[in-house]
Amino acid sequence: MRVMAQMAMVMNLDKCIGCHTCTVTCKQAWTNRTGLEYVWFNNVETRPGLGYPRRYEDQEQWKGGWELNRTGHLKLKAGGRFQKLLNIFSNPKMPGIQDYYEPWTYDYETLLNAPAQKNFPVAQPKSLLTGKSMSIKWGSNWDDDLGGTHVTGKDDVMLKGIEDKVKFEFEQTFMFYLPRICEHCLNPSCVASCPSGAIYKRTEDGIVLVDQNRCRGWRMCISGCPYKKIYFNHKTGKAEKCTFCYPRIEVGIPTVCSETCVGRLRYIGLMLYDADAVLAAASTKDTTGLYEAQRGVFLDPFDPEVQREAERQGIPIDWIEAAKKSPVRRLIMDYKLALPLHPEYRTMPMVWYIPPLSPIVDALSRTGHDAEDAGNLFGAIDSLRIPIEYLANLFTAGEVAPVRRVLDKMAAMRAYMRDINLGREGNEEIAAAVGMDGAEMYEMFRLLAIAKYDERYVIPTTHTEQAHALEELATECPVGEGSSGLFGSGSGGPVPVAIQTRAEAKARFEADSTSEAPGFADYRDWDGRGLPGGTGGA
Amino acid sequence: MKTIAFVILPYICLAVFVVGHLWRYRYDKLGWTTRSSQLYESRLLRIGSPLFHFGTLFAILGHAMGLLLPKKWTDGFGISQELYHVIAVVGGLAAGVAVVAGMTILVYRRRTNATVFSATTRNDKLMYALLGTTIALGMWNTIGTAIGANDHFNYRESVSVWFRQIFWLQPNPDLIANAPIQFQLHAVLAFLLFALWPFTRLVHVFSAPIGYFTRPYIVYRSAGEAPGAPLGSRAPKGTWESPTGARRR
Repeated sequence: MRVMAQMAMVMNLDKCIGCHTCTVTCKQAWTNRTGLEYVWFNNVETRPGLGYPRRYEDQEQWKGGWELNRTGHLKLKAGGRFQKLLNIFSNPKMPGIQDYYEPWTYDYETLLNAPAQKNFPVAQPKSLLTGKSMSIKWGSNWDDDLGGTHVTGKDDVMLKGIEDKVKFEFEQTFMFYLPRICEHCLNPSCVASCPSGAIYKRTEDGIVLVDQNRCRGWRMCISGCPYKKIYFNHKTGKAEKCTFCYPRIEVGIPTVCSETCVGRLRYIGLMLYDADAVLAAASTKDTTGLYEAQRGVFLDPFDPEVQREAERQGIPIDWIEAAKKSPVRRLIMDYKLALPLHPEYRTMPMVWYIPPLSPIVDALSRTGHDAEDAGNLFGAIDSLRIPIEYLANLFTAGEVAPVRRVLDKMAAMRAYMRDINLGREGNEEIAAAVGMDGAEMYEMFRLLAIAKYDERYVIPTTHTEQAHALEELATECPVGEGSSGLFGSGSGGPVPVAIQTRAEAKARFEADSTSEAPGFADYRDWDGRGLPGGTGGA
Repeated sequence: MKTIAFVILPYICLAVFVVGHLWRYRYDKLGWTTRSSQLYESRLLRIGSPLFHFGTLFAILGHAMGLLLPKKWTDGFGISQELYHVIAVVGGLAAGVAVVAGMTILVYRRRTNATVFSATTRNDKLMYALLGTTIALGMWNTIGTAIGANDHFNYRESVSVWFRQIFWLQPNPDLIANAPIQFQLHAVLAFLLFALWPFTRLVHVFSAPIGYFTRPYIVYRSAGEAPGAPLGSRAPKGTWESPTGARRR
C-alpha cells in the first residue's frame, strides 16, 4: 500500500445557479494575461449543450484520455510514446482556436470619441488575435441557458443514444449548469502525454501542475486531456492549466472559484488513496465499473491500519485528521452522493459532482403535483427518465442505477426536511426508503445546505518546516522585480507566482499609463491597430 | 579575407553558438519553446511542418555523412566514388525537395494567415531569411552536383576536410577558398545561422524529447523539489519528506 493524499473537490450541481462568478474571479486571478484571452481555467457550461471547447467530450474525435488495448492493458487513446513523437511536428488531434472561440474586444475608442452626429456610433468587435474587425460566431459560453440550443443542441456528445428522449422544444426542456475546472486526476493522461516531462503530480497534495521552465510547447497534453483543461498560451508558447490555486491551498485557504461561489456549492478536502491500486482500477474492463473501482482506491482514514501506514510513509498527523473531517470524503464515501465526471476516460478524476435534482423537481411542479412529496418525487425520478440517462452519460459512463440512487437520496432528504421545517416529526419511513435513518439524513442535510466555511473547506496547511519552499510565503530567496526578459513576455528567469503578481500589480499602480505595465494588455488604451498591449510578442 | 571568412568567422560563430545556448538556458528557460502556431492554423501546418522537419532531420544526417565521414573511410568500406555520389545525390535531392516544399508551405501559411502572421516577430523573420537563403544555396549545390556541374571538384576532398579541421584547431582556408562560390556562401551563411541560433526559436532543436521513451508515464514531484531534478516516479519512500530531514532547494 502506497498511501498518498489528494486535494479534491465536490460540486453540488443542485445548488448551482449558473452565475459564472467562479469563472470571472478565476479569470481575474489567473488568466487575465495576453496569450490566454480565450482561456478559462474554470468555466460553467449549460447542459445539454456543447461545452467548451465545442464537443470536447467526443473522444472518437479528440482521442483524449486512456483506453484498454486488446490485451486489456491501459494505453493512451491518442497512441503511445512512439506515435506521439512521430506526430510531434503537427499534433493531428489538437483543437484549433475556432474550436474554443476567437477572443475579441470592442472598439470602445470610436464610441467614446464619436462627435455629436445623426447616427448612433457603434463599438465594433475586434479580434484579440489579429486586431482586425471580426464577426462573432461563437464564445466560451455561447449556449448559456440553452441559448440557441434548439439549433446546436443535437450536437451535444452526451445525447448519443438518447436523442429521441431529450426535447429542445420550449417547455419540454430541462437544463442544469456544470462548472468545470481541471480534474487533478489520479491517473492523468496529460502528464503521460507530455514528451518533456514538464507536467507533474505533486506528491504532497496530488495537484497537477505544468513546470513552465520545462514545457517546450509540444502540445501533446492539450489533446491528451479528455476534459480539454490544458490550454496553450499562444504568447509564451507554453501549456497552462488550472493550478487548484495551490499558493492559496498551501496556506489553508480555498481556491478562488470556491471562495467566491455564491451558491456555496463547492467543497474542498483531502482524500487518502492507495497509489499502487490506481493502475488496476483504471484498467477495469467495463467502463460502467470505473465509478466503483475508483471508490475502491480510496482509503479510510479511520482505519487504524491505514493510519499507521500513512504515518509510516510520512503523511503528517494533521493531514490524516483533515482526511477524517474531509467533506469531500463524506460526500463520496459515506453518503455516496458525489459522482466522478466521465469516469470512462479512465483518468480517475478528482473533482466530483452531486447530480442535480432540481430539473426533476421543476418538471414535476409544472405538472401541478406537489414536488416535495416523497412519493411523487420517487415516481417522477422514474417516469421522467430523460435527465437520468443524460446524467448517467456524464457521471457513470451510462449506468443509470448509481445516479438514480443519488437522486432518490436527495428527494428523500427534501421530503424529510419539509416535515421538520413545517414543525412536524421527521418521517423515519422516508429516510428508511433510501437506507438511512433520520439522524443521518439530518447530518447530510446540514452538510449540503448549511455547512459553514470551515466545514465546506477542510484544508490542512503545508507544514512549516517546508514553508521556505512555499510560493505564497517565498522566504527562501531574494526576488527581484518581476518583469519580462529579453525575449518578450514570459521569458527570463523564473519568478514565483505570488511575487510576480505582486510586482506586476505594483508596476501597474505606478505606471504612467496602463499600457506600460508589464504582462498587462489594456484594451481601453488600444486603438484597434496592431495588438493590444503593444508589440506582437516574442 | 579568406582567413576572416573561413577561420575567424567560424570560430566566432561556434563560440556564440555554444556560449549563447548555455546563457539562454540559464537565463531564459521560460522562453525556451517551439512557439508553435498550431493553435491558429492546423490544415497547412499538418502538411508543411512534418515535410520540413523530417526533411531537415534527413538533411542533417546527410550533412553529417558528407562532412564528418572522411573519404578514406568510405573507400575503405569498398564504396566507390560513383556509388557514394548516387547515394548522396538521391538522398540529398529527396531531403532537399522535402525541406524546400515544407518551408514554402510554412512561409506561405505564415504570410497569408492573419493570426499566424501577427504572431511572427522580427527575430523570426530574420531567422527565416537566413535559414531560407542557406537552404536555397544548399539546393543549388545539390542540384549542381546532380547535373554534373560540379564534377571538376569533390567537396569531400576540400570543403569537408576544411570543416573537420576547424574542430582539430588547424583550419586551412585554402581548401574551401578554391571551391565554387555557392559552396563558400553556403558555408558562411550556415555559420552565421549558428551564431543566430541560440537567440531564436531554433533552440527547440535541443529539446528533442528523447527522455520520453524511458521515463514512467506519470511524473510525481514534491512541492519543494528543485527544478531540474531527475524525472520519474519517486521511490515509494513516502509522500512527504520527513519533517527533520526536510529537503532544501
